[in-house]
Amino acid sequence: MMSDTPRDPADDHASPANPDNQIGLGRQSADADHAAKIAGDIPPRTAPDAPVTPRAKARRAGKRHGVAQQETPSTGHQWDGITEYDNPMPRWWLWTFYATIVWAFFYVIAYPAIPMLTQATQGVLKTNARTEVAAEIERFAQANAPVQTALVAAELDDIPADPQLLGYATNAGAALYRTWCTQCHGAGAAGGPGYPNLLDDSWLWGGSLADIHLTLQHGIRDPLDSDTRYSEMPRYGTDELLEPTQIVQVAGYVRSLSGLDHDAADAAEGAGIYADNCAACHMDDGSGDRGQGAPALNDQVWLYGSDPETLVRIISQGPYGVMPAWSDRLSEAEIRSLAVYVHGLGGGE
Amino acid sequence: MAILDRHKIIERNATLLLVLSFLVVSIGGIVQITPLFYLENTIEKVEGVRPYTPLELTGRDIYVREGCYVCHSQMIRTMRDEVERYGHYSLAAESMYDHPFQWGSKRTGPDLARVGGRYSDEWHIDHLTDPQSVVPESIMPKYAFLLDRVIRPDHIGERVRADRAVGVPYDDAMVQNAVADFRTQADPFGDAAGLQERYPGAQLRNFDRQPQLTEMDALIAYLQVLGTMVDFSTFEPDPNR
Repeated sequence: MMSDTPRDPADDHASPANPDNQIGLGRQSADADHAAKIAGDIPPRTAPDAPVTPRAKARRAGKRHGVAQQETPSTGHQWDGITEYDNPMPRWWLWTFYATIVWAFFYVIAYPAIPMLTQATQGVLKTNARTEVAAEIERFAQANAPVQTALVAAELDDIPADPQLLGYATNAGAALYRTWCTQCHGAGAAGGPGYPNLLDDSWLWGGSLADIHLTLQHGIRDPLDSDTRYSEMPRYGTDELLEPTQIVQVAGYVRSLSGLDHDAADAAEGAGIYADNCAACHMDDGSGDRGQGAPALNDQVWLYGSDPETLVRIISQGPYGVMPAWSDRLSEAEIRSLAVYVHGLGGGE
Repeated sequence: MAILDRHKIIERNATLLLVLSFLVVSIGGIVQITPLFYLENTIEKVEGVRPYTPLELTGRDIYVREGCYVCHSQMIRTMRDEVERYGHYSLAAESMYDHPFQWGSKRTGPDLARVGGRYSDEWHIDHLTDPQSVVPESIMPKYAFLLDRVIRPDHIGERVRADRAVGVPYDDAMVQNAVADFRTQADPFGDAAGLQERYPGAQLRNFDRQPQLTEMDALIAYLQVLGTMVDFSTFEPDPNR
């Protein structure tokens, strides 16, 4: 920054000898020239300004050089010596205002407007938002009808073999997935704690096209669907079916099934508890049972997590994952599209 | 100039200006608001809409208290994109027992008019506790404290009566059983039949999976009933709406 303080010739940043300072020094010199010129242009003031009266103000406006000024009429209003000009409104504004009045007149005729005794006037255009949206939905339904009919008519397992149906179902399914499924299963279908990953080979209720289709139709533990997939793991801790130490032991055994670090003594104790309480659904080797949605415990895929705390919590409180049934919200063609899309994500069987 | 001279009388008399302004505004109100009370097609008759159960009503009060309406609308408009994303467009009858209505005016989050049944109770618990745990892109704040706030039906009778006073058709049995119904909805051993009879289609379960009754129970009970009362498979829109 340039400043008015005297420069120290010894300071390299202010020295005229330094070529880097040429721009700054030049600007400083020009500023000084301008200040002198402006000071010389101000005319000397011979007398104090006279008070401005309304008449004098109007007269002065008319005497301006180069502009044809007319004296602006006054409205005649006067408040404490202050009067009000009666300027006309800008033409563009006035004509826009008149145009809106004309527009309103035609609008009232064309669209629903005036309330009468039982209902409002319907307007000569007979517009109706409900019939319009119904017609627009119908237009898209008509356009999709041939391929959707073919999709519903085809055998489920034949769909992936038909390129046209597969292409439609995959694209439509992807759009439906983004609308209805991402909130739980994630935008990339990788799931999260409590919400299954749809990309891997580990399925709770089966990964064939028919299994996925049935799950989509009726959901899992949906309280509103009587045909929903249902099973319920006991709450071993909450309902005091097992002692807290036993739950820790069986959790250790469950970790041993998939080769995770575990306390050998706990796991040895837990083996018997597992055989008595868990093997009926999760099988002796921990391979699970898709018939009742019992996940495999001998693989590296964990729905809620594999750390001991999570296992103890799940065994104590019992997991109760719910997936809504979609047959009330989506059409059969849409459910089939979704099934094909999810089946094609990578884990389909 | 005659009119302007008379106008000066109004301009110079503040009380007269106030009275005449009120008259002019009243005409606008009478023309725009009054017809809504007598026009037959303002609120079309729809099967299935019932008053909220005491627990749902409590959840609704929490919804209002937390300002959910600031980011979430409850109004699916008659547009194809909205109908395909959220479900059937909203009907006036579906919010006729709402005091005040929760239509909202801005969608920072999605519309909730038909969120009922769309997600599981667990999802609502996870999502209200930590929205980013299930939807990483979400900017919704966390409402985990709802799980810790135990609610009691101390004033639910008065609350139901207050809604009845403004026109919600709660009958005497509903008012008398308000406290019991409040507890029953989240209690699997309560008088389920009575609650179902008074409030057809009411969903009974422990919504937050905790033994005590919390604000989470009430809010999820309310969210799970939103938009589920009308059976749209039998709904015929009034052609003159």
